[in-house]
Amino acid sequence: MSVKLPIYFDNQATTPVDPRVLDAMMPYLTEHFGNPASRNHAFGWAAKEAVEIAREQVAALIGASPKEIIFTSGATESDNLAIKGVARQYESRGKHIITVQTEHKAVLDSCHALERDGWEVTFLPVDREGLVDIDQLRDAIRDDTVLVSVMLANNEIGVVQPIREIGAICRERGVIFHCDAVQGLGKVPFDVVEDHVDLASISAHKMYGPKGIGALYVRRGRPRLRLRPLIDGGGHERGLRSGTLATHQIVGLGKAAELAAEDLVNGGIDKVRALRDRLWDGIRENLDEVYLNGSWEHRIPNNLNVSFAYVEGEAMMMGIKDIACSSGSACTSASLEPSYVLRALGVGAELAHSSIRFGLGRFNTEEEVDHAIGLIVEKVRWLREMSPLYEMVKEGIDLSSVQWSAH
Amino acid sequence: MAYSDKVVNHYENPQNVGSLDKNDPQVGTGLVGAPACGDVMKLQLKINDDGIIEDAKFKTFGCGSAIASSSLVTTMVKGKTIEEAEKIENSLIAEELALPPVKIHCSVLAEDAIKAAIADYRKKRGEA
Ligand SMILES: Cc1ncc(COP(=O)(O)O)c(C=O)c1O
Repeated sequence: MSVKLPIYFDNQATTPVDPRVLDAMMPYLTEHFGNPASRNHAFGWAAKEAVEIAREQVAALIGASPKEIIFTSGATESDNLAIKGVARQYESRGKHIITVQTEHKAVLDSCHALERDGWEVTFLPVDREGLVDIDQLRDAIRDDTVLVSVMLANNEIGVVQPIREIGAICRERGVIFHCDAVQGLGKVPFDVVEDHVDLASISAHKMYGPKGIGALYVRRGRPRLRLRPLIDGGGHERGLRSGTLATHQIVGLGKAAELAAEDLVNGGIDKVRALRDRLWDGIRENLDEVYLNGSWEHRIPNNLNVSFAYVEGEAMMMGIKDIACSSGSACTSASLEPSYVLRALGVGAELAHSSIRFGLGRFNTEEEVDHAIGLIVEKVRWLREMSPLYEMVKEGIDLSSVQWSAH
Repeated sequence: MAYSDKVVNHYENPQNVGSLDKNDPQVGTGLVGAPACGDVMKLQLKINDDGIIEDAKFKTFGCGSAIASSSLVTTMVKGKTIEEAEKIENSLIAEELALPPVKIHCSVLAEDAIKAAIADYRKKRGEA
């Protein structure tokens, strides 16, 4: 069977919309276009009913109750609402937040914004595997700590944090716990009750739903949790997020959540894991000096992040242009700094520049993986033949002993 | 990042990849950049007694624009005198490859590589 090119291995950046999701959404753009807030006619009722079904589907994915789900424009908004919303509400309690150096920018920059308003933020380091140290986190909690924000799975390296243990510590110490769950949903088990999570961010487009829609789980019950909204207006979503609900998007998120939950029990995610493992085996068996970034054991099953020593990441991506993936190389970012996530793990700048992230997904096939392995192996060998570093190492030169001319 | 056709061409068909004997007194070697910065260029020039560059080879660790800049430079210097090669400025390389602003440093590195290779040659000849 011939493989259709280009191959999409960037499912941590975004995913295609599942056809079942699209089918569910379509009628809400045309036939059932009503505003869910229109309480007095059938158009509104139909939309409202669809939104509430979606709310149940999202809640079911994370073990929440539907009333605890607030729809947002995506996880960037959810992260902002969780962090700033808590901060503004609980300012009088203290002004200290704990998060982790490897968090998504939506979390890090929300925290930086609060720093400018006089908040203190502890950015916990991670170990070589990318994991936070539970004892260090416990020790970082102070009397004035209001919030802890730790992601479920990292978007670059896929490393899964010990959320349940962190949740237990936060609950015990009376600190609010926010978890950016975006990359882990449908990939690893996540249950807001068992994991003691107070706030959780969700995005549809990382799980085969449409872009521009997400949710924030806001725990109800005791102890009472309140947020200050970022967007004021008509008082939608318990007053936490005003704005006319995007019915079709919400329906898409709901269906995506339902399918993500099924993936965990019907073997869907195991199929993706098998593809990911096949890719890694094919790379390792054919190339020397390839290094996995981040823990293998504590990792979502769809992620592979590898450094191909002596080969620069962007040049690599150009070489394997039939494979859509991404790199932690500086050259792919506007800042010219290599991935801050890899740097936080202690990966050397040189290997950070050589990193490639492959994000496998529901629609990938074995044929695609095999084709990719062939291409990757060929291009790495070709680029290494062109690499002065590879040549020097083969000549027995220790690269760290060379006086490089920094520029 | 979208690449210019010229960058893609040089990347896909790099000219003069390889190495010359670095112990040959007629060969000047320039090694510039740093692995930690994401680009290292090695440019070697074989220069005859008339001061003309007879051959040029490169090896580059770096992005596509860095590879293209090195490849282009090898084609530009061949047949030139040392003095002519020394005058090649990064702006010429950047223009020829239509490099975007974030990639200008690749052309700077390529210019540095020419200068470093010539300096090495002169040092070998006791001229420096
Ligand atoms: C971990 C994580 N959090 C938040 C986001 C932002 O999500 P959205 O694109 O829905 O705003 C992303 C996606 O880039 C992500 O990977």
